[in-house]
Amino acid sequence: MRLDKPGQIDRTQPLSFTFDGREYSGFAGDTLASALIASNVRVVGRSFKYHRPRGVFTAGSEEPNALVTIGQGAAAEPNLRATTSELCEGLVARSQNRWPSLDYDLLALNDLFAPFLGAGFYYKTFMWPAKLWERLYEPFIRRAAGLGALSGAPNADHYEKAYAHCDLLVIGAGPAGLMAALAAGRAGLDVILADEDVRTGGRLNAERIEVDGRPGADWAETVTDELRGMGNVRIMTRTTVTGAYDGGTYGALERLSPEVAARTGAPRECFWRIATRRAILAAGALERPVAFRNNDRPGVMMAGALRAYVNRWAVSPGKTVTVFGNTDDAHRTAADLLAAGVHVAALIDARPEAGTDLPVRFYAGAQVVNAHGRGGLEAISIATLSGIDKVQTDCLAMSGGWNPTLHLTCHMNGRPDWSPALAAFVSRDGAVPGLLTAGACRGDFSTHGCLAGGLAAAKAVLKDLGKRARATDLPVAEDAPYRISPLWAVPGKGRAWLDFQNDVTVKDVKLAATENYSSVEHMKRYTTQGMAPDQGKNSNVNALAVLADATGRGIPETGTTTYRPPYVPVPIAALGAGAQGAGFAPQRFTTSHDLSVEMGAPMVEAGLWYRPGWFPREGEKTWRQSCDREVGMVREAVGVCDVSTLGKIDVQGPDAPAFLDLLYTNMFSTLKVGRARYGLMLREDGHVMDDGTTARLGAHHYLMTTTTAAAGQVMKHMEFVHQCLAPQMDVSFISVTEQWAQFAVAGPKSRDLLNGILDDPVDGDSFPFMACGAVSVMGVAGRLFRISFSGEHAYEVAVPARYGDSLFRLLVDRAGELGGGAYGMEALNVLRIEKGFITHAEIHGRTTAFDIGMERMVSAKKDCIGKAMAARPGLSGPDREQLVGLVPTGAVKKLTAGAHLFDAGAEAVRKNDQGYITSAAFSPTLGHFMALGFLKDGRARHGEEIRMVDHVRQIEARCRVVDPVFFDPEGGRARG
Amino acid sequence: MRIPCPICGSRDIREFDYMGHAQALDRPDPGAGAQAWDDYLHNRDNPAGPTRDLWFHGMGCGAWLVVERDTVSHEVTGATLARDVKGGAA
Repeated sequence: MRLDKPGQIDRTQPLSFTFDGREYSGFAGDTLASALIASNVRVVGRSFKYHRPRGVFTAGSEEPNALVTIGQGAAAEPNLRATTSELCEGLVARSQNRWPSLDYDLLALNDLFAPFLGAGFYYKTFMWPAKLWERLYEPFIRRAAGLGALSGAPNADHYEKAYAHCDLLVIGAGPAGLMAALAAGRAGLDVILADEDVRTGGRLNAERIEVDGRPGADWAETVTDELRGMGNVRIMTRTTVTGAYDGGTYGALERLSPEVAARTGAPRECFWRIATRRAILAAGALERPVAFRNNDRPGVMMAGALRAYVNRWAVSPGKTVTVFGNTDDAHRTAADLLAAGVHVAALIDARPEAGTDLPVRFYAGAQVVNAHGRGGLEAISIATLSGIDKVQTDCLAMSGGWNPTLHLTCHMNGRPDWSPALAAFVSRDGAVPGLLTAGACRGDFSTHGCLAGGLAAAKAVLKDLGKRARATDLPVAEDAPYRISPLWAVPGKGRAWLDFQNDVTVKDVKLAATENYSSVEHMKRYTTQGMAPDQGKNSNVNALAVLADATGRGIPETGTTTYRPPYVPVPIAALGAGAQGAGFAPQRFTTSHDLSVEMGAPMVEAGLWYRPGWFPREGEKTWRQSCDREVGMVREAVGVCDVSTLGKIDVQGPDAPAFLDLLYTNMFSTLKVGRARYGLMLREDGHVMDDGTTARLGAHHYLMTTTTAAAGQVMKHMEFVHQCLAPQMDVSFISVTEQWAQFAVAGPKSRDLLNGILDDPVDGDSFPFMACGAVSVMGVAGRLFRISFSGEHAYEVAVPARYGDSLFRLLVDRAGELGGGAYGMEALNVLRIEKGFITHAEIHGRTTAFDIGMERMVSAKKDCIGKAMAARPGLSGPDREQLVGLVPTGAVKKLTAGAHLFDAGAEAVRKNDQGYITSAAFSPTLGHFMALGFLKDGRARHGEEIRMVDHVRQIEARCRVVDPVFFDPEGGRARG
Repeated sequence: MRIPCPICGSRDIREFDYMGHAQALDRPDPGAGAQAWDDYLHNRDNPAGPTRDLWFHGMGCGAWLVVERDTVSHEVTGATLARDVKGGAA
């Protein structure tokens, strides 16, 4: 119910929303949880295993019970915490883990079978017979398990990822964080202040605590205003720092406010990577429950959360409230309730020595032993020295003390220390380099302790970074001591919950200990305690205390499980923002892309590039018809193909010739200016890395080409060879792949076509085979290379990329007039297989120069990368699989890439494997299929009949081993 | 993890490619023999503690760096241009 008192809500802005189809209303400033409490909704979900009704339990991101699905259709997002979900107009929320409805949940039957569903139930039950696992057990478990469900539709929402840099990251904007940010900001540091709440202030918003003689929230607002006015401080609310990583890098998830996220194209969440020189963790503390019988009844909640609901949101989950605790926080809770006009039926303090001046029924040294009321709390039983008292109540606030929020300090393998005085783990200094802790997260629980700790941490950072701190006064605030008498689990019958989200009770932990799962990591996995979305924020310390008790060890000896990032669940959509659909990888387009698409060419991916597969013409029904025509065009007339995607690297300097000699197996220092040469490049381990032609444009100027696929790898390799092996060489190089548009013009009529566009025509004398040089292409300074990847008389003509589109249009047009046209990747592939030219299908990383028949290209006159290791035994000789050609000879005429080769009479099993096919195509020139492949001792086996078996496609063919050059083996066509 | 590139300053690890131990700088003579080449190419220590390895700033300035770091604490203690390391050794 809503209380008649002010709070941090705007009563002039009512908001309507639905929960499970029913309409409710709240106010701006509400969370879904506070609005549901205001509307007297007590049951908000069902528990994971037993399907017990559950109510709102906390007021923060640690919430174990109030997990809801928000949104509709594809945008529905499951497992959102109602306690951190901002209310907005028209919000649609649904409860989870129930069928058919929250009130009548069929799987609530599980609760009756609870005695059989204890720790290790799955391991013990779904064991035999094994064949039932796939058909019965797994489907059953999958249906029953899981909390919310995804919509199954593609997520249309936007997400972003972003980077930020600062001197100091302050994590948490409570009194400690605000004080640290203030001192650091005034001293001029670049500060990011991050807090997961929608506003700064932390617990000051939830408590009736005064700072400098005025309400704490007002003080927080004043400090925040000053910080906002500083150009060097950035306040990031709604931002949870989720992980600490090496080198001062932190991950953070920002949820945008519903109003911002609703704008067109605006992201819903943003995942930040924050690089900072120093960090101050001021994340506060999490209150822990007390385990007693039926402590999961709706209406039982954390005392600190109850104070937040009463003080901040002006709502009370009950009319008659009871409070149970083992610190002074129980008294503070009762006082706040009384101040808000809420009836307090009883205050129960587990400490025998405790006293109170509050006008309430008070029990000292007593414990709550049971909670009654199936659908919601109706009464509690209190064990006193004189017996059991039953008190009517609809809400019980409980407090078992506080656990410092030290998670981030453990993300780099740090282990916390046990503090007997606080009955809690505290972080060890230096656990994360560059990270200091301040306030409640280091065990300073008073407001004064937080303010002083924040200031001290900021001063330490300033000193460390060599900055002078400006005078900053420490505000006056309460400094109450923290007196706790540890209370983990109230003894007694029945089930007492530790992990509410995963339904793990005290009994389960004790059973695990009995069955010898006595290591805390084993207990966790056996009982599933701490494995739910809250990752044990509410239950870890209690569970290991119970385990310590059951195994007769102390808590420090028992230890904690490992804290790992992320601190809160992070949607994969935010982590991978931008990397789906067309944005998954960058796209590179050639200058001929537009015309190719206009001509109807299907564009195929080649690395990041897109290249045309073929150019269909009217009447052509299959790709093969287009491809065969394009091959014929090149062999008989002229074809045009964009080859700009090949890597082009401009190499210059006095040592350029020597550098290329070191890179390539063959000599480039002897290449004449105005000539190009094919080159082979090895890795240092002796295997082939790449190949391509390199043209010498001047005495100290080369232009080398790489294959499309290996361009980046070759560039990196060249940088390595130069910087790491031969830095004394005076050579420079740079990629010019994108600066030049380059087109292959191939076929008997290629020179006719070119001479129509070159300002000075070429002939066989001025431009013989493998010549290169500058040309003028209709007034544009370009380059011409007489090289051939098709085996025909061919050229590659290059112009600055801005002329690429018009040159390609012109070439295709003129080629058409000569009976030719554009050709695509398929025809290019057929043409090069007919000539036995290799690509990365053949030089796939395991082949040597010997394997591809190019061992004579490894110059004996000089050293080169890979030369020493290529001479290793085993990298040459008859045992190697060597490049061969294959043609079909049997009834089956098709050869396929990937198929394996066997001796004619041998069984097609691995031990008989003789090699494999790397490239295969139908040759319209030859009129049959042909293939390139690797065959053991293949060069000595030309003429032999062998057997090809494609186990995947179920194709088997007889074929003959032939020379890998199928067409024009003398090469007369290219030279002519 | 961040690497202090001598040219670009402190940069995120994603801008770099890893190559392995900096002994890759010490390429043997062509005739040094099989053992020397095997050691150069394949044999690496697996230190728990300080090490030096090669990183390529491919998404940045294109420099090869010798990075000094600790495999236990993950602390990066320095980075030098590989060409300077080689120059100093020569």
